[in-house]
Amino acid sequence: MNTTSFKQSFLTPRDMIGYALLAAVIFVIFPLLLEPFRLNLFGKYLTYAFVAVGLVLCWGVGGILSLGQGVFFGLGGYCMAMFLKLEASSPENTAIQSTPGIPDFMDWNQLSALPWWWEPFSSFGFTLFAVIAVPVAFSYIIGVAMFRRRVGGVYFAIITQAIAAILTILIIGQQGFTGGVNGITDLRTLHGWDIRTDSAKTLLYFVNGTLLFAVLLAAQFVRRSKLGRLLIAMRDQEDRVRFSGYDVANFKIFVFCLGAAFAAIGGAMFTLQVGFMSPSFVGIVPSIEMVIFAAVGGRLSILGAVWGTLLVNWAKTTLSESFPELWLLGLGALFIAVVMAFPNGLAGVWAEQVEPRLMKLLRRDSKAAAQTTPAE
Amino acid sequence: MFSDYTASELGAIFAMQGFAGLILFSVFVLMALGLAIIFGQMGVINMAHGEFMILGAYVTYLLSNFFADYIPALFSMYFFLAMLCAFVASGALGLLVEWALIRHLYKRPLDTLLATWGLSLILQQIYRSVFGAREVGVTIPDWMMGSLPLTDMIEIPINGIFVMVLAVSISIAVYVMMYRSRWGQQVRAINNNRQMADAVGINTAWTDRMTFAIGCGVAGVAGSAFTMIGSTGPTAGQQYIVDTFLVVVFGGAGSLLGTIASAFSISQAQSIMEFFLSGSMAKVLTLLTVVCILMLRPQGLFTLKLRK
Repeated sequence: MNTTSFKQSFLTPRDMIGYALLAAVIFVIFPLLLEPFRLNLFGKYLTYAFVAVGLVLCWGVGGILSLGQGVFFGLGGYCMAMFLKLEASSPENTAIQSTPGIPDFMDWNQLSALPWWWEPFSSFGFTLFAVIAVPVAFSYIIGVAMFRRRVGGVYFAIITQAIAAILTILIIGQQGFTGGVNGITDLRTLHGWDIRTDSAKTLLYFVNGTLLFAVLLAAQFVRRSKLGRLLIAMRDQEDRVRFSGYDVANFKIFVFCLGAAFAAIGGAMFTLQVGFMSPSFVGIVPSIEMVIFAAVGGRLSILGAVWGTLLVNWAKTTLSESFPELWLLGLGALFIAVVMAFPNGLAGVWAEQVEPRLMKLLRRDSKAAAQTTPAE
Repeated sequence: MFSDYTASELGAIFAMQGFAGLILFSVFVLMALGLAIIFGQMGVINMAHGEFMILGAYVTYLLSNFFADYIPALFSMYFFLAMLCAFVASGALGLLVEWALIRHLYKRPLDTLLATWGLSLILQQIYRSVFGAREVGVTIPDWMMGSLPLTDMIEIPINGIFVMVLAVSISIAVYVMMYRSRWGQQVRAINNNRQMADAVGINTAWTDRMTFAIGCGVAGVAGSAFTMIGSTGPTAGQQYIVDTFLVVVFGGAGSLLGTIASAFSISQAQSIMEFFLSGSMAKVLTLLTVVCILMLRPQGLFTLKLRK
């Protein structure tokens, strides 16, 4: 599928146009057109785009379909939520509890002291480290265990899905430590800065957008590097790559960890912008929904993943506001349509239908211009 | 923790817990058999498997209402007809789905997974629109209610025994189909070597379609059996799908015996641990153990010797 030549720079002029267009939409058009509430909503959608970009690398380029990306999104989000929760549960704020100074849900569950593994999350530096390190370490363990034994394809999908299920049951079951099915809620300030105000949410939106672009460029770099070409080769002919002397498992582990790190950043930004984290973003259903974001955008296209995420989530919000029963039917149909009719998603439609026509139109214009010039 | 109980009480607790494990085992076997046919033999991931089960459950529910309203005299026997109808309904839907979706995707297993997930969402919404979001229960015939007193402390519910008998008979039926019938021979031939099977004149496309339909039909019967021990809701199928896939993968895809052995070990482990731990922790530990074993032994407990 990859027809690009080997000597391609990491950003072609055409890529530049795509990135500039997306940047204009995210940084200029959305903030100008949308009121703060809607802008925050689109900021939430963009946090899912982090996951979708990771999936493009893992699944589209590398051929590894993980149905447990919600796990990494959730772990990143929970790390951030733990820090914010600890800040929100200062002894003054929680004076009415039987044990002041611990998060409210722990008090409700008759815990009288902070569990030891919550302690480090009172430091912001450690939290920022943990947001990335915890999910990456977890994905590394999974990756090593699976790819070293050459488990791939559908087995990998099923096992990652089982891991998502296990983590959800664990979080819901241990509500004294995790906030249970409600998750960690009522988050207020970041270093004394109130994250619930409109101005804070707008600022967080821009931080989120900037981080997303950093992730996009990183993904683009990987995609165009030798590593990216090897991933495609592995997806199509794994044995040949192995016989050529490459350690296939290591590349797979790397790209899986990278996807997890992207998802974790998205999760942490989600918590900051939306103000809570709950197991409903960890389980099987959200994890598979995240796959459809990447699939709608085009599983091979990094920019497509962002557009796909925006489009699907916007449709979800619009449809479930007015016709809640239609949304599930629409989403189901979307899964089937993307697989059966548009395996390359929006990016495929763009590359096969829109772009050639656009090019033809432009060429005709320039030809017409060239013809008129000598006549003058 | 045992000091509070007498020896006979402990014996009774373990017997009851073991029996609860056996019921769970029957449930797992019923769920997994259809999947073992579809995933194990054809390698197709059917994420809508749970919804095929629920279809069988809803068919049973409709028939029980029908019998109660129009032919109450035969009500005690309606269940056997319901199982047959559930098989036919789920099987027919399976046939349709194979024709419309699956046959185009045999070479793209990951895409099959996504497409059938979409199918499962659509079916869930249809169930919700038709039968309502609330769970529905089936009226159980009188002879299935109550329990058999084994000793004065151990009581065995009759519907539990019925589900176990059903699980055993359906397992035997599937075994006979797979290993003693012409169809089963063809399915296994295709599983071993599709091109050779094609070359000796087996109609592989038709066999695939029938295999998928029969797997779905078995799921429908399983759903029908579930109505005897629990209620049915639109999303009930989704809750089982991970367990079911783990049972099949853990047993070793393609091995019927493996599926049954893994259903037995998972269900017994879970129900015994439920006695010591909370339900959710028992489930977490069981699934975690299975996942860890699968990481060490990805091919599952039992494997077929195949030349690939």
